[in-house]
Amino acid sequence: MNALVPLVVLIPLLGAAVALITGRRPRAQATVTVIALSATLVDAVLLLGAVDAGGTIVVEVGGWAAPWGIALVVDRLSALMVLVSAAVLLAVLVYTIGQGLADGDDETPVSIYNPTYLVMAAGVFVAFIAGDLFNLYVGFEILLAASYVLLTLGGTRARIRAGITYIVVSLLSSLLFLASIAMIYGAVGTVNIAQIAQRMHQVPPDVQMIIQVMLLIAFGIKAAVFPLSFWLPDSYPTAPAPVTAVFAGLLTKVGVYAILRTETVIFPDDALSGVLMIVALLTLVIGVLGAVAQADIKRMLSFTLLSHIGYMIFGIALGTVAGVAAAIYYIIHHIIVQTTLFLATGLVERIGGNTSINRLAGLLKLSPVVGVLFFIPALNLGGIPPFSGFIGKLGLFIAGAELGTPLAYILIAAGAVTSLLTLYALMRAWNMAFWRSSDEAKDDSSSVTEHLAEAPGGVQTITKRSVPKLMTRATAAMVLLSLALTFFAGPLFAISTRAAQDVVGSDAYVHAVLGKDK
Amino acid sequence: MSASLILIVIMAVMYACGIFMLLERSMTRVLIGFLLLGNATNILILIMAGDIGIAPIVGEGTTAEEIHDPLPQALSLTAIVITFGISAFLLALIYRSWYLGRKDEVEDDEEDIAVGERDVAVADEESDPEYGVDTDFDPEIHVEPSADTLHRPGGSV
Repeated sequence: MNALVPLVVLIPLLGAAVALITGRRPRAQATVTVIALSATLVDAVLLLGAVDAGGTIVVEVGGWAAPWGIALVVDRLSALMVLVSAAVLLAVLVYTIGQGLADGDDETPVSIYNPTYLVMAAGVFVAFIAGDLFNLYVGFEILLAASYVLLTLGGTRARIRAGITYIVVSLLSSLLFLASIAMIYGAVGTVNIAQIAQRMHQVPPDVQMIIQVMLLIAFGIKAAVFPLSFWLPDSYPTAPAPVTAVFAGLLTKVGVYAILRTETVIFPDDALSGVLMIVALLTLVIGVLGAVAQADIKRMLSFTLLSHIGYMIFGIALGTVAGVAAAIYYIIHHIIVQTTLFLATGLVERIGGNTSINRLAGLLKLSPVVGVLFFIPALNLGGIPPFSGFIGKLGLFIAGAELGTPLAYILIAAGAVTSLLTLYALMRAWNMAFWRSSDEAKDDSSSVTEHLAEAPGGVQTITKRSVPKLMTRATAAMVLLSLALTFFAGPLFAISTRAAQDVVGSDAYVHAVLGKDK
Repeated sequence: MSASLILIVIMAVMYACGIFMLLERSMTRVLIGFLLLGNATNILILIMAGDIGIAPIVGEGTTAEEIHDPLPQALSLTAIVITFGISAFLLALIYRSWYLGRKDEVEDDEEDIAVGERDVAVADEESDPEYGVDTDFDPEIHVEPSADTLHRPGGSV
């Protein structure tokens, strides 16, 4: 069973190497990439089964025992994250291949796209299975370096401009993370997460507070938590649709995962839970207000993305098993649904020619399938029962009500309002783009859109193109996956709860890594 | 744990200079700022290694107490390699940016300009041209939104 753990990282990395060699033959390269990610997906399924049945798996790389060597730790939380990421990465890859087959590779140099994509996948997996803070840092750097390349693909002016903002901000967060690792090493003399957790309570409270705040800022930038989220709506929408989709779905969640891991395992005392709740509140409200003001669907989705990070931070701030379990379920839901929405927007861009809701109209007639593929995840994100968005939010609200502090109730209210406003923004987009007829669009005195900000970079009319079957199928598969979150909500919530029990309180984690006697 | 004061002073100066440079508009200075910050962080890691001892090579007669802690050296080596790679990428990006725009500066955010221009447009419609907002304002020339244009018209500008 232990061999499964390093394979999660090894398969994508080896796949990237082979994909690089076969760069001249696009078809062979695509095949290699799909095989690599499919194998990873199978591996992730086996891993989750093994971990859920037999408990946390710890692999000591090079045979050095845990506190000295580098440990790879897969508990239920990591296994769940790896599984969902692998599924999403595979679906987006198939979507990209469909797009590449239809358009040729004039806009995106495919020969480097696939290897970079696999390297990014490896980085994401390293971050999820790292049992050691420095390894987590390395995982972040792998995925960030690959994401810099993907974001600036083609080197057009808009992408370079967006890329520079993204890279400088990411670099700053990485440096902060590195500096906090240095300070943690100075304080407790180790970088192994379990051992840090064991020794952290001996550190003076003020030093603990400095370390905790520095880690939160570093991860908060990556997770796009208000007020550290300003970079996200500027940089994501300029990238190609599938790249935006996978960034929006996965990369911010790696930051959320890091916050979840450090807050529950290293700092179980909840010293900052009040602050985190307020941050969650502001993230929720300000993000969704931004979304309501946007006319461009991609930008609007970027704002809903950072708004919904607030729900996960809320669950983490609660710190109870119920809260963390709901946050884990919500992370899974959000990775899948947000990616699906961006993929569907990519389809909208192809049939409508642009993504501004002021200009789109009558798409339902053009393509009913895309209409449905956009509609279902939109309802889902807006929290309409019986979709997973509703289940996740309900879980969070119940956990909040159990805690019962005034702040928790304020957050529940804010969460409900955010959910409604998300629904408003998404349904408005759907109505304008799909439901209204083209004649209505010409008469643009509509009161719904007159206050909308038109993003200058966003409205570029591209030629309308046909939608390849492969792209539609990949999006449909993602929609089905999001529906599966409802059908299998019971088992999924149960495993989320077990995952939360693994991390909350840190004892289980420490015992699994270091052994019970230490 | 004792630390070398010289190292701490060097680190502090490098952090200060790095942050100053990072806040500049010129891309090349941002890169230099990033390099300074990266190296300051490496020095921080080395400071955290604690007491300075002999080279960490296990041999006859060396005890754990007298050798220097080798782990921070390994950490900073990794960090140096990562910083080096990212700097190379950033340099390529700066070159590309210069190639496209012929200037070595962070460009204005288009959204910000749009917000600035929109308010000027609203001001033009609403205010009395004789003593209202300066109607000669030409958004084509003033691409940078000044502090004034970001206020709502009619508010206390």
